[in-house]
Parts: sequence; C-alpha cells; structure tokens
Amino acid sequence: MSRKVLLIEDEPNIAEAIRFLLTREGWHVETHAEGLDAIQVIQGANPDLVILDVMLPGKSGMEILRDLRELEGMQDLPVLMLTARGQSRDREMAENAGVSRFMTKPFSNAEVLTAVRDLHAQATRS
Amino acid sequence: MRNTLTGSRIRERRQIAGLRQAELARQVGISASYLNLIEHNRRRIGGKLLVDIANALSVEPSLLSQGIEATLISALREAAADAVGQKAEVDALEEFAGRFPGWAGVLAQMHRRVVSLERTVETLSDRLTHDPHLAASMHEVLSTAAAIRSTAAILADTQEIEPEWRDRFHRNLHQDAERLADSSKSLVAYLDDSETADDRRGVPSEDVEAFFQANDHHFPQIEAGGTGADVDLSPLESAAARTVAKAYLENYAADARAMPLGEVQKVLAEAEPDPLALAARFSVDIATVLRRLAALPEGYLGRPTGLVICDASGSILFTKSVPGFAMPRFGEACPYWPIFQALNRPLVPIRKRVVQLGRTTAEFDCYAYSWPQTVSGYDDAPVYHSVMLVRAVEEGGQDTQSVTRVGPSCRVCPNEACTSRREPSILSEGF
Repeated sequence: MSRKVLLIEDEPNIAEAIRFLLTREGWHVETHAEGLDAIQVIQGANPDLVILDVMLPGKSGMEILRDLRELEGMQDLPVLMLTARGQSRDREMAENAGVSRFMTKPFSNAEVLTAVRDLHAQATRS
Repeated sequence: MRNTLTGSRIRERRQIAGLRQAELARQVGISASYLNLIEHNRRRIGGKLLVDIANALSVEPSLLSQGIEATLISALREAAADAVGQKAEVDALEEFAGRFPGWAGVLAQMHRRVVSLERTVETLSDRLTHDPHLAASMHEVLSTAAAIRSTAAILADTQEIEPEWRDRFHRNLHQDAERLADSSKSLVAYLDDSETADDRRGVPSEDVEAFFQANDHHFPQIEAGGTGADVDLSPLESAAARTVAKAYLENYAADARAMPLGEVQKVLAEAEPDPLALAARFSVDIATVLRRLAALPEGYLGRPTGLVICDASGSILFTKSVPGFAMPRFGEACPYWPIFQALNRPLVPIRKRVVQLGRTTAEFDCYAYSWPQTVSGYDDAPVYHSVMLVRAVEEGGQDTQSVTRVGPSCRVCPNEACTSRREPSILSEGF
C-alpha cells in the first residue's frame, strides 16, 4: 500500500508540480484547495503526511493546524507548512500551532522532497 | 521612610506660601534651627506640631504627612529601570520625589508618555508589516514564483517526462510567467499608489499635479496669450494648492511667451526636438525648453514625455508622469537619476539614456539641467532647482546609445549591491 500525502494548496500549478514530484517518489497524492472544510478532508483522507499552505480561501493554514492538533490522534500527523511569509514571528506562530516543518515560498523541489522524506522517516520511526 | 519626607513637604509648602523659615517657626512656637532640622528630614514630626504647621501653611495635615503616592514612586522606578546609558540613584528615589514633587511628576508623566508612544509605534509598525494589500500582493508574487521555480526545475531536471506532463508544465509555466509579470506590476503600482492615494490627499503639490494631469499639462487659455490668472483654479480646494498652482501657471505662461506654440510646432516639424538646439533657436535657457516640451499637447513630440522638477534638497516639487517610468515622491527617488546628477553640475545640460531596474526594459532619454533661483541679496548663494525631461525611446529604434541602469526608489529596487542604497528593498527583505 502506497504512502498517502494530502496536499492542501489553492495554487493549482504549485499543487500540480508537487503532485508530479511526489508521485514519482511513490506517494499517492490527494489535493484539496479549500481551507474551510480542510479538517474534514484530512480526517476523511487519513493521510500519512499533510502539506498545508498558509493562505487558503475560507480558513488559514494556521487555524487549520491549530484545530487539527486538538483532534484526537492528530497530534503526531506530520504537517509540512508552506508560506509566502517567512518572518520569524510567522515561523513562531506555526511552531506554536504544532507544525512539523515550515517552508517558505519560493521553495526548491529538492527542499520539498527532502522535507517530505525526513518527516515520513521520523513518523515511521516513532 | 515616608514620614521622613514630611520635612521636605513642609519646606516645599512653606516656599510656595512665601514664608521664611524664621516666620513659620515663630508662628508655631519653635526655633528656626529646629524647623530647619525638620525640613531637612532630620527630626521626626507629628502630633500637634504637625497640625500647627499645617494650619500655618493653610494645608491639610495629611498633605504634609502622607507619603508620595505609590504610583509616582512606581513610575519613577520604571523610568529608572528603562533608562538606557543613564544610572539613576534609585536609593534616593523617595527623597527626590519628596523634595521635587513637581519634577518627579513631570518625569513620571514623560515616562508614561514614552511607554504609550512606544506601544503606538509597535502597533503601527505591526500594521505596516501586515498591510493586508501588501501581504496579498506579495503572496501572489511569491506563490507564482514558487510555481515557476518548481515547474521549471521539473522540466530541467527530469530526464524522461511524459509528453502530456511536459505540455502541461509548459502551459503552466507560460501562465505563471504572465501572472508574475502582472502581479509584479500591480505590486509596484500599489507601492507607488500607496504614496499617492489617501495618505497624501490634501497635500497641495499632489492636488496641483492632479489638476495639471486633468488638463493634460496644457492650458489653451495661456497658449492664446493669456496669463495664469485666466485659468480656472476652482477645482483646487485648498488655498495652498491654488497658491502653488498659480506659481506654476505663471512659469508656464512665461515659458509659453518665450516659446510660442506655433513657432515650436514649426521647428518640431523640421527636426527631432533637441533641447540645446531649441534653447539656441528661441534664446532661452535649457530649463525653459525642458518645461516647455513637457507642456506641449499630446502628439507634438511623438512619444510619451514626462517631467520632474526638484530643488537642491532633492525634494521633488513637480512631476508629469510617463508610462513605464516610476516617479516616487518625497525624496525617495533613485539618486542615480540624471536630475540629481545635474544638481552636482549646475548649468551643464546632461543627457542620459536610462532603464529602470525592476520594471520593464523600456528605455528613456533623460535631459536634465540645474539652474539657480533668484538670489535675495548680494553675497547670497543661489539655491538651485533641477529639471528633467523623460522621453520614452522608440521601441526598435536604430540608435545604440549606452544605457544607464537606475532604480525607481530603494524600496522596490532589486539592485542589492547598490552602494547608494538607503534602505533594504522590500522585494528581498522580510518576505
């Protein structure tokens, strides 16, 4: 059974590029572009890893992450957060919300792949 | 401890009442030397003597006996703790507050004000760094850049890629490149506009420029032989704006008299407008020519033409915008603009072809000239003004002049290595 990543990103071309990269790495990639129902989508998809954009329509990635971490069984789900804002306060806010890894746009493909590999390896070890 | 300050308060109140120490001592039946010891907090005081002194000073005894308010002491302690590079005598704080309650109050009040202002600055700073319009624009730019980077890397690095994926990525790349161009332009326009819209509403020079813009920088009444007074200034609401406009219109009228429209038209029909040749032909200075060329009706010069006028401080006084050439205001322009270089070489006409970094690749011929203002008296050093005509270069033109790269303003200039940079570009800092 292949590993599943849920990519919550409203920029279709970013989503497409990441989907291509991770599919080649053997991941099954599901995408979603809305913030409002993101929690339900995560719960329904039961992914091994979530890639979450911060600025999403309806609900921000930060709020989604905070709500997610309050749900039972979701504390350890690896979440890679993507944002256009890389200021220390945003990073701190993401860390407080329970982010596993924080990455600023524009990122390189290698950075995304490395982060996904690392997060998955950590999750399977623990 | 607080009671020991009663003497200080008695002394202060006595001085306010204008009583000499000996007089007060006599009124309450003690010696002047004893009162002196009390006033210097070397003798404790209470009971009947305190009441007598209070009566003599026409104040409530409690005013003399009660300690300095805790809030004042607390504020002074905070002020001492917050002081940078200055150590206050904290152990003498109550004594200071007792002996100089007025000054202590002023200090405490100032400290509270500083704290309050610091909070305001923090709040405003936070608002500025989280400007929702700016954040949205930057998000758009960076997200598109991320998509382009990722897609381009896939195309460059993937050895074997299915044709449908390749076509899709090519299409995405094209779309994102277009989006990036549009969003970058919007961002720069927003940054330019943020200086011109609400923030600057009511600034006379802005109102005047809007007025000139509305008239396409051309006034037929004056061209027909009239003066600045013939132009209806009622659209300008403030008296200050009308005063500024009158001065510009008088200059306009003088320029128009020196270079009548009909004659200018004839000369331009014969040859490309060359400011030096025009100055010689009409026997006027270069500044007049540059201002006059910018005031000609659309079509006379064939290509879009803008104008910038600044004073010796570098403050931009007047602009006529030209598409593709950003003209920020309030001394924020790039110091490499020829208009500022002309200030270093007064009366020397400067011509440079420039391209603005971070914008389009459009080139502009800039003619700049700095000339002295009228002096008010003998031995007065003249203050110089500088003017720059900005003329779009015809696309695909044959002449191959060297091009100087200049910025719009530091804030939106991508040239990180610029030695004249005043502040980091927001295009690379903090986002």
